[in-house]
Amino acid sequence: MEDKRIFSDICGGRLALQCRSYSPFCREFCVSCPRLSLRSLTAVTCTVWLAAYGLFALCENSMILSAAIFITLLGLLGYLHFVKIDQETLLIIDSLGIQMTSSYASGKENTTFIEMGKVKDIVINEAIYMQKVIYYLCILLKDPLEPHNISQVVPVFQSAKPRLDCLIEVYKSCQEVLAHQKATSTRP
Amino acid sequence: MVLKAFFPTCCTSADSGLLVGRWVPEQSSAVVLAVVHFPFIPIQVKELLAQVQQASRVSLAVLGTWCHRQQESEESLGHFLEGLGAIFSHEPWLQLCRERGSKFWSCKATHQQRPGTPGVSSEDHVMLIFYDQRKVLLSHLHSPTVLPDCQAGDATASAEGLAAIFDTVSRSEVLFCKNQFDEGPVRLSHWQSEGVEASILVELAKQASGPVCLLVACLLSLVSASGSCRLWKLWPLPFIASKLSTCEQLRHRLEHLTLVFSTQKAQSPAQLMRKANMLVSMLLDVALGLTLLSWLHSSNRIGQLANALIPMADHVAEELQHLLQWLMGAPAGLKMNRALDQVLGRFFLYHIHLWISYIHLMSPFIERILWHVGLSACLGLTVALSILSDILALLTFHIYCFYVYGARLYCLKICGLSSLWRLFRGKKWNVLRQRVDSCSYDLDQLFIGTLLFTILVFLLPTTALYYLVFTLLRLLVVTVQGLIHLLVDLINSLPLYSLGLRLCRPYRLAAGVKFHVLEHEAGRPLRLLMQINPLPYSSVVHTYRLPSSGCHPKHSWGSLCRKLFFGELIYPWKQRGDKQD
Repeated sequence: MEDKRIFSDICGGRLALQCRSYSPFCREFCVSCPRLSLRSLTAVTCTVWLAAYGLFALCENSMILSAAIFITLLGLLGYLHFVKIDQETLLIIDSLGIQMTSSYASGKENTTFIEMGKVKDIVINEAIYMQKVIYYLCILLKDPLEPHNISQVVPVFQSAKPRLDCLIEVYKSCQEVLAHQKATSTRP
Repeated sequence: MVLKAFFPTCCTSADSGLLVGRWVPEQSSAVVLAVVHFPFIPIQVKELLAQVQQASRVSLAVLGTWCHRQQESEESLGHFLEGLGAIFSHEPWLQLCRERGSKFWSCKATHQQRPGTPGVSSEDHVMLIFYDQRKVLLSHLHSPTVLPDCQAGDATASAEGLAAIFDTVSRSEVLFCKNQFDEGPVRLSHWQSEGVEASILVELAKQASGPVCLLVACLLSLVSASGSCRLWKLWPLPFIASKLSTCEQLRHRLEHLTLVFSTQKAQSPAQLMRKANMLVSMLLDVALGLTLLSWLHSSNRIGQLANALIPMADHVAEELQHLLQWLMGAPAGLKMNRALDQVLGRFFLYHIHLWISYIHLMSPFIERILWHVGLSACLGLTVALSILSDILALLTFHIYCFYVYGARLYCLKICGLSSLWRLFRGKKWNVLRQRVDSCSYDLDQLFIGTLLFTILVFLLPTTALYYLVFTLLRLLVVTVQGLIHLLVDLINSLPLYSLGLRLCRPYRLAAGVKFHVLEHEAGRPLRLLMQINPLPYSSVVHTYRLPSSGCHPKHSWGSLCRKLFFGELIYPWKQRGDKQD
């Protein structure tokens, strides 16, 4: 079962949320961020090359121009591989765990898996971010020594930063799965 | 809870048979380790399982049946398989079935007895998770939640989360020793059933490592025995040895060698990694050292170096003389006290003159000494760098002496000034109570005190300037030595074997797992693929970093500035065994 809807992030950019339900106890939520725009790429490249040309006019050393090209290329590769996140996925599997994947623009994927035994709850929290108050979805982890205490808060969709309406959809779906998991785990 | 069946990817194309593995009731998961094929005798299967259970301390059992329908008409197989449930009773009984040519499986898990409804068998939802048996067997899970009391020598396999799966597979290595070409009574299918893979070189190395380790351990014990004999305890040899970083580095390397070539086997994977890291870093060290040696001995570099050394020392001494002449004049436009200036300047100039004479005395032997010292590079690049740092310390010994004289003079002056300042205000330092108390002085005490105070205050700029100049020179030398030590430390402590393993065989160092949902059809059980999530490079360096013998400066910046201001001597490298200030 697939479902694709358009939402917006906290800055007003366009986000796409895709919900997939593989089974009653396995769901996947995929938030796609806006791609790298040609406009901003051209703007940055032009600025760097104009600055390099200005320096060249001052110093008459052609190494500056080649260095500028090198820096632009390396900077772009580094940005695509380490900074620009294309998609963030949350996979929740009943009685196994929760998996968060971030896919970068260069194809690199960063995955974290949290076992269900460590998950206490999934909640929507408020936070003050610069001059805004935003909502974010987070997973609360249990303390292994004291099960009633919360040892860690793991935020989800950190770089996509969707707004509350998108988060509510994900939250409701996750709570269904967690409720089912809690109900079946109390059975002997 | 949903029942999770961990199935090895190597058995997906195996023939029909029985599923053998471990059942973890706390997580309701069944870890399938192998498939037993027909024909078999149930008694022999049970015997085999008991044997493996004794050897590996993992509670193995027959978990269910596996049916791989090769032809269309095999309904009789289905009935036969259901009959087996009565012979090998297991709670719950798993039945996996795969059609030939189909990607989708059917799974059933039946419970025979349920409290409250006796005699009625009920079914559970089943989730299939495929795992690569070879990778899970070889990998080492670095989970932050692995409790410290779960060691490798634990009595039973752990039941905590994913560690249970990894533990089960790695402990059941005994089960994977039998392959399909063995003439045993039971035919198994697992990742090694096509035949055990091994490399001749690895086997030869394993056989040779025993006697080689014994031989090297004997040699090393001889070396360390000779090193700890009474001859070396005569003063001033221990004092010199504690100040030279070369001796420290050699001792460190000897420790490493002893550990690597010890005849005891490694107890845990962490110890094995540490040994391997030490060996690889020592090999790299020696390789770099030999490269340096060949470079030095080619085209008479040693001769060139020796010829350049004396003029360089002369040049440094000349520059110092110029500096002192400048200080004796009017440095930076400041007006110095002429008499004190001349005394200090002449004292230091005479010192430099003595130093130059000693250097010229030693100049015919320099090349021979350098050649022999250059040979020590075959012990490793770190030893060569430590020798370089020591040579630098010896050549700049006069700067160190000047720094000590200047600092002592300045320190005395500051002490005197602070004590007389207290007298000025009518106070005194109470040694008993460790505090400042008021005191009534006589008139002549006050008179002399004030006089001395004035003299010291007016002589302060001169002494302070000399102290400042020599402290800066000393700090420059210390910085250069510090950089060399940093490089030595880096080579000593970088875990190269672990980094190489992370690069070439990332599944060996696991930070966790990741799941991938395979193609799904409604009504069929969910299928997932479990893959190993490798440890990031920063965690690899952090976890497997070798302990370094390097001494890091123990002061913070604040205490360093305080010491500099009050003229206390700073010792940047506190070697092991020195008492703490």
